Amino acid sequence: MTAYPTQRMQADVIIVGGGFMGAATAFFLRQRGLSVILLERDLVGQAASGVNFGNVRRQSRFLGQLPLANRSRDIWVRLPELIGEDVEFVMSGHILLTTHEKDGARLEKYAVDCKPYGLDLTIMTGDQARARFPMVGPDIRTVSYSPLDGHANPRLAAPAFGRAARRAGARVIENTTVSAITKSAEDFIVETTTGQSYQAPLLQISSGAWGRAMAASFDEDIPFSTNGPQMGVTEPMPYRIEPVIGSSSSVPEEGVYLRQVKRGNIVFGGGLRTVANLETRRAPIDPFNTLRQMPHLATLVPEMARLRVIRTWSGVEGYVGDHLPIMGPSGKVPGLFYAFGFCGHGFQLGPGVGATMAELIATGSTDIPLEAFDIRRFG
Amino acid sequence: MVDEPVIVIGAGPAGTRAAQRLVQAGLRPVVIDENDRQGGQIYRRQPANFHRPPEKLYGTEAAKATALHSDFEMLRPHIDYRPGTTVWGVSEAGLMTVHASTVDVVPFSRVIIASGATDRIMPVPGWTTPGTYSLGAAQIALKAQACAIGGRPVFMGTGPLLYLVAWQYLQAGVAPAAVLDTSSLATRLRGLRGMASRARVVANGVRYMADLVRAGVKLHAGIMPRGIESSDGGVSAVTWRDAKGVLRHVSCDAVGMGYGLRSETQLADLLKCEFIFDPCFQQWRPHVDRDGRTTRPDIYLAGDGVLLRGADAAEAAGQLAACAVLRDTGYAVDAQEILPLHGTLATMNRFGRGLAQAFPWPAHLAAGLPDETVVCRCENITAGEIRRAAGELDAPEMNRAKALTRPGMGRCQGRMCGLAAAEVLAAARDVPVREVGRLRTAAPIKPLPLNCTVKS
Repeated sequence: MTAYPTQRMQADVIIVGGGFMGAATAFFLRQRGLSVILLERDLVGQAASGVNFGNVRRQSRFLGQLPLANRSRDIWVRLPELIGEDVEFVMSGHILLTTHEKDGARLEKYAVDCKPYGLDLTIMTGDQARARFPMVGPDIRTVSYSPLDGHANPRLAAPAFGRAARRAGARVIENTTVSAITKSAEDFIVETTTGQSYQAPLLQISSGAWGRAMAASFDEDIPFSTNGPQMGVTEPMPYRIEPVIGSSSSVPEEGVYLRQVKRGNIVFGGGLRTVANLETRRAPIDPFNTLRQMPHLATLVPEMARLRVIRTWSGVEGYVGDHLPIMGPSGKVPGLFYAFGFCGHGFQLGPGVGATMAELIATGSTDIPLEAFDIRRFG
Repeated sequence: MVDEPVIVIGAGPAGTRAAQRLVQAGLRPVVIDENDRQGGQIYRRQPANFHRPPEKLYGTEAAKATALHSDFEMLRPHIDYRPGTTVWGVSEAGLMTVHASTVDVVPFSRVIIASGATDRIMPVPGWTTPGTYSLGAAQIALKAQACAIGGRPVFMGTGPLLYLVAWQYLQAGVAPAAVLDTSSLATRLRGLRGMASRARVVANGVRYMADLVRAGVKLHAGIMPRGIESSDGGVSAVTWRDAKGVLRHVSCDAVGMGYGLRSETQLADLLKCEFIFDPCFQQWRPHVDRDGRTTRPDIYLAGDGVLLRGADAAEAAGQLAACAVLRDTGYAVDAQEILPLHGTLATMNRFGRGLAQAFPWPAHLAAGLPDETVVCRCENITAGEIRRAAGELDAPEMNRAKALTRPGMGRCQGRMCGLAAAEVLAAARDVPVREVGRLRTAAPIKPLPLNCTVKS
């Protein structure tokens, strides 16, 4: 019998990379009626999307990113009706704490600057903050409170979007490694190591830290590095830390953050990162980083000193040179779109990125300003 | 030769013999022991002020236990012994240890891991009721605390430890209410061929059983556990189906439970040794050659931490691993020393596999666990939640199931629940258990105090 080439699977859009950005884009593209193929090398949401801290935070973001973050926040609140799960999203509030005077001044300035973008922050002295949040430590001087921010479970969010996309009719194909992406006159052709190929006139690359190489294959190179966050979790204690708490120190080691989940454990991260490995797809935890985090965590919340750490983890995250993501159309190839390199602050943006990319891909434009994230800024 | 020290982790039979052999070669190894006194589990020593005779504590193995203890005492001046110390992580600089709340970094040239094993647990409804212990814990209570888990305990599970612990309780004056074994007599007979290589050990086991029967303790074979019942917040009874399928009930005030052992492999995993699936024991374990070399040139394994063969095998494997370290670092080791050790281990292998056949891990029980049964006791995750991960949430393997529904995410990192949770997941997906893989290890292996200080 003659062997015929496998029939090519076609769709309106192919998304390469099933992290939070890819899965959410697939879901929102289906809402707009476009057919979607999502290709994921492992399982949806396993890399940076699944290992991060879970911060649903707007304050202290680059101001030009707030419209996107606001859009995202509106979706976070509606998750149960949208995808059928709340992924443990809690609108708990978010507080940024400082111990140094100059850092306090920075918080005060940001609170003024972000107002036109619709973000309302309350600045407190240390004593005011301790009256409102009794767990906060005695060394804290200035606090910025963002009541409408919160946190969610990163292990659940992207997989939930992936399943919702599948239910909505997207073809979510896991355990599939892309080996080549080419563009014919009309269409992108995506080939996989299993010999399958996929074809679509539109393509989104949302493959996190691996996106840089894919963009480079279309001759769009960017300054980029890969890092591993240093995350950990304590044993449970009675639930009493409602807001997400972050240090707003200008000293990198001091920049730790924590949140308590309802079951009692305290998830933490921050401080120094490690280098991640794109080949092994692993990022090691440096145990010394965990040890360095500990005193700073106890400065924020002294009660933590009596707890024990039960687990640490890391993952591969992509960082663009100017610490802003790559998001929007390609500067060189029509029909090609990017959404990767979210520099360790992409989790809150996930739903908003999905909605905005779907809008951009389906209609050709969006009101959300994306110029600052355009890949051509490095061109 | 080596600059940094050779480290031995664990001071049970394997660790002790490994350290002894290294000292014989003129080395001064660092011996890191999680326990406060050397001896390991089976030869666990009493606290200094306790006085029960070795014969009561260790039965037929009393002479071996005292020899191991006194040999270790002679080693003390020649080793850097660190009791009460846990290896919790690994860094470029060495092993990360913690003693009380002091963290230390221990550089090494080679490491022999002799971390032993823990009970293998198959959950049963009610097993988290206060008064339910693992067999190992029931033994520790007796040896290190001089107290019993209860006045009328039931011992349930399978494997030789079931009878040994029941017998030790009897020796201590506590008659068990019953010994319930999931293995049937026919199954045990089938495993006997492998076990025949060590007739003396089989004879000991038979003696323990005979002593129990003589004392009026009922031994039931081929049982299917149904539940541990409670009243006033404590254990009150055990229910099971007997070999004929009849529902039975025995009143008791405590339960000791264990279904064989599981190797303690988290350190080998953290050190990135390769693992293989062992179909005989139905467990993943680090790959080793017959001297205990792992796939990583500076890491060696010995004892129950790599293969479940018991204390006698552990002594031989510890000595062999030390010989391998010596050879690999340029010391001469006579082949006449190695050969008999290989011979011993070959016998032990046959025996260990015979035991696993005679007292098989009752994997089939996982499929029948009611949805509401707790499997992961740290995180309070039920069989139903794991099945939800398998089905609705589409988790094909353990790490995904852990990410989505949390089995193995708590303080014990899956040491207690990991193997049973894998069986529940595999049964729900209708695949062999090896296909759902194993939980990846993350530091800290054991909980690490947040207010620890790093030794400088």
